[in-house]
Amino acid sequence: MSPPAGLPRLLAGVGRGMESRAAHERRHGPLPTLSTTGLIEVVEHSGLRGRGGADFPTAAKLRAVAARRKVSAVVVNGSETEPASSKDVTLLKHVPHLVLDGAMLCAHAVDAEAVFVRMSEGQAVRNVETAIAERPAGELPIALVVGPDRYVAGEESAVVHQLESGVAKPTLTPPRPYEKGYRNRPTLIQNVETLAQIGLIARYGPAWYRQLGTDEDPGTALLTVSGAVVNPGVYEMSFGTPLHALIDAVGGPREPLQAVLVGGYFGNWLSIEDAWHTRLARESLREHGASLGAGVLIALPARVSGLAESARIASYLADQSAGQCGPCIYGLRAIADAMQELADGSAAPGTVEQIRRWCGEVDGRGACHHPNGAVRFVLSSLRLFAAGEPASRRRRQYA
Amino acid sequence: MTTFALTLGPTWYWYLTRGTGIVALLLLTAIMVLGILGPLRVSSPRWPRFAVETLHRDLSLLAILVIIAHVLTTVLDGYAPISVINAIVPFDSTYRTLWLGLGTVAFDLMLALVITSLLRRRIGHGTWRFIHWLAYASWPIAVLHGIGTGSDAAAWWSVALTAICVLAVAGAGTIRVGRAIGLAGGWRTTAVIATIAIPVAAAVFTIVGPLAPRWASRAGTPQDLMSGSDK
Amino acid sequence: MKIAVNPIACEGHGMCVELLPELIRLDDWGYPVIEVELVPRSLEALARRAADVCPTLALLLVDE
Repeated sequence: MSPPAGLPRLLAGVGRGMESRAAHERRHGPLPTLSTTGLIEVVEHSGLRGRGGADFPTAAKLRAVAARRKVSAVVVNGSETEPASSKDVTLLKHVPHLVLDGAMLCAHAVDAEAVFVRMSEGQAVRNVETAIAERPAGELPIALVVGPDRYVAGEESAVVHQLESGVAKPTLTPPRPYEKGYRNRPTLIQNVETLAQIGLIARYGPAWYRQLGTDEDPGTALLTVSGAVVNPGVYEMSFGTPLHALIDAVGGPREPLQAVLVGGYFGNWLSIEDAWHTRLARESLREHGASLGAGVLIALPARVSGLAESARIASYLADQSAGQCGPCIYGLRAIADAMQELADGSAAPGTVEQIRRWCGEVDGRGACHHPNGAVRFVLSSLRLFAAGEPASRRRRQYA
Repeated sequence: MTTFALTLGPTWYWYLTRGTGIVALLLLTAIMVLGILGPLRVSSPRWPRFAVETLHRDLSLLAILVIIAHVLTTVLDGYAPISVINAIVPFDSTYRTLWLGLGTVAFDLMLALVITSLLRRRIGHGTWRFIHWLAYASWPIAVLHGIGTGSDAAAWWSVALTAICVLAVAGAGTIRVGRAIGLAGGWRTTAVIATIAIPVAAAVFTIVGPLAPRWASRAGTPQDLMSGSDK
Repeated sequence: MKIAVNPIACEGHGMCVELLPELIRLDDWGYPVIEVELVPRSLEALARRAADVCPTLALLLVDE
């Protein structure tokens, strides 16, 4: 039970039956017992941040929920509704016990009454069912909930809404789930990868966690790399790695690239020139207005139209609206249709300004962050692919 | 009290009861039409949406008062054995039991509509909306009550007034139902047919009912209240 | 007093804009945009009226 040296960590032992609890405990040892302060301290010293997309410091979130009484549940958010992401389902399929260990550690720390695993339909569901059956008798019972993989369904308030009523649509916040969630009581919702990292940190300690990565961005992250690369898939990488090294590690480009989408459908395009010198680190990404988000990297080849691809994603995001708020329903559709006109070449003059204006109108006017993320993506697409000002000058406006 | 009233002939209360009944019909019709215009988003520069909505609410409160007056004058009239209880508990009177009872049902529904509207914030929009659909039941029941018990039901002006009111609500209702996005195709067709068929049925009923001979006795007027000159 | 819109409840009836055009305007799709969050004293009564008349109780008043 020695700490993984180097990579892989989360995916250590995958391919050798790590799905079973026996193999898992042979590799990593039994689940340690930590007090509330004990767990929060090791997580804080590790510098772990949430891996669901919000990138919120995990220790702060744990502390906020642990401070509240009558916490109703810990929810493992494995909905992974981002189409270009499969890291969470990979963890649930191959190392479910590591994830469930993290959930149990958190449940103990916040004194939760129940543990839920929220997943979308797929092969991994069977693996998780088996893993749940293998958990020791004394543990809190775990309930598996399978829900829709519509884009907004993975949002925290939508997860709670689904647990309570079966409707996976976001609700109005505040209050956020950590204050009033499941059954109107504090609820801790954590991404699958975050919990898996906690499962390792609790065993091997924050110093081990920080052996990889950088001081500002310690540890590792799971990335789903797709697009025009030789070996698309889920990879674990150290923070701080330059993006060009990441692309090389997955076999390199299949053909000449023009841009990389970082973060997922709510993320930002980086031109390939910018991407080459960007590192997998918050500051470096932020210089280009980007963030890691759900750990998605999509390599866009030079031969396809960036506008066409962006219009397709914008249309998808418009369709994925929960349909609850007018500006999201109508605004995102108007924006997507105009993007399609730009891609077709049938756009009237002033369309780019019109899209920018609509983005300003729609941003922040929904109950959840769906319109905000869509707007962010569209603006970054315009910056890079819409004819007009050179991309580098535009970039500075969005720092 | 009953004998005394009989020997005196028609009292002021009887006229007031008929008057308030007719006023209530007009008010309720206006309230229904205004309530339908709301979701249809009808407005003009002189009549903004909030004005249509406010008028709808204010007239509803007025209608409740008028109907309370209608009930009190009926009870005080003393001609028929109708008590205050009959205003809330339906089908309990021996006087034209069915037709009077319909009025009680309509009034009960109206009280529910108004009280839930006043408590809208407490009960939440969803619950309020569900109960408010009862308006579509309450109004026709009130109209039937008027046709069945109305002392003037057979008079030409009463028939004309009722017809206009029914056309107004049926017309607005048909448009509303036709535009209802929540209704699936089959349901919508059914509802449109209903908004046309029900007024037609009401018209047929009026012709074979109050407008035909001996309606008073067919409607259930107690024998001792019937005089030779009754229809 | 501050005003806010519950975007889920809002159905774009627009009565709030009729009563408080100084504070709220409509976007291209008929939904309210709060231009001024803080209600001036002189408009407080109108703001209460707007919150009361909203058919879906989507206009929220926050007294501070």
